[in-house]
Amino acid sequence: MVYLTRRYRFSAGHRLHNETVTAEENRRIYGKCNNPNGHGHNYVLEVTVAGTVDALTGMVCDLAVLDGIVEKAVLEPLDHKNLNLDVKAFRHRVPTTENLSIEIFESLRKMLEAQGCRARLARVRLEETESNFFEYEGARSLAD
Amino acid sequence: MICVTRRMEFSASHFYHNLNLTPEENRRIFGKCNNPLGHGHNYTLEVTVSGSINPTTGMVLDLKELKALLEREVLQLMDHKLLNKEVPAFADKIPTTENIAVEIWRLLEPKLTFCKLHRIRLYETSDLFVDYFGE
Repeated sequence: MVYLTRRYRFSAGHRLHNETVTAEENRRIYGKCNNPNGHGHNYVLEVTVAGTVDALTGMVCDLAVLDGIVEKAVLEPLDHKNLNLDVKAFRHRVPTTENLSIEIFESLRKMLEAQGCRARLARVRLEETESNFFEYEGARSLAD
Repeated sequence: MICVTRRMEFSASHFYHNLNLTPEENRRIFGKCNNPLGHGHNYTLEVTVSGSINPTTGMVLDLKELKALLEREVLQLMDHKLLNKEVPAFADKIPTTENIAVEIWRLLEPKLTFCKLHRIRLYETSDLFVDYFGE
């Protein structure tokens, strides 16, 4: 089993705000991230797929295919978007980098499976800043 | 148990070509990496070993020994080489980053008597790397 990781970048805006709690509570929980005008990040996404090395090609998966899937599943819907307003998944869910990691993992997993990619999604690692990053390996792995 | 990682760089050239496929299939699968004249990368290799801390030295291993081993087993073989032609393992195997990582594991694992090899991470570029844990 070999793990292959590819790095991608996108920029997006968001506001951390939970509509089920009061304005004061939101300010207390999220601090400056609760600014109603929002703010943005340059996200760095690492996508790790795992699989055996194909004897014919020497590769775990075709990078052009992986790039195409990430472009369609992640970059097109998220890059240069307001996550709260432009992305359906965050209409009623706070677009923290934790939730964003889970959303990206699930979108990628579905599209990799739908396109019959020979490698499986093993992990996404999402950097919000150089000092903050989040990793998600899927619900099954966390339950193990 | 604690892990220690040593990073090293080497530069090498390669091309992707499977002799069992037609030229058209090779071009379709490998794209610009199929250029028969080859192309190169600055590879970054991270070798992670694990072990317990020696109470006398406070160290898992002597890093000088690991560095010497990497120079002897990996750099001498691969640095500034055309992998397809100059590294025997790639005479009949495509030197993809996946296969290079597996080969480096095979070279190092039996020689690491003073600690346990945990992971080989090989960066082909800063945006692309491969991890191998030996199975």
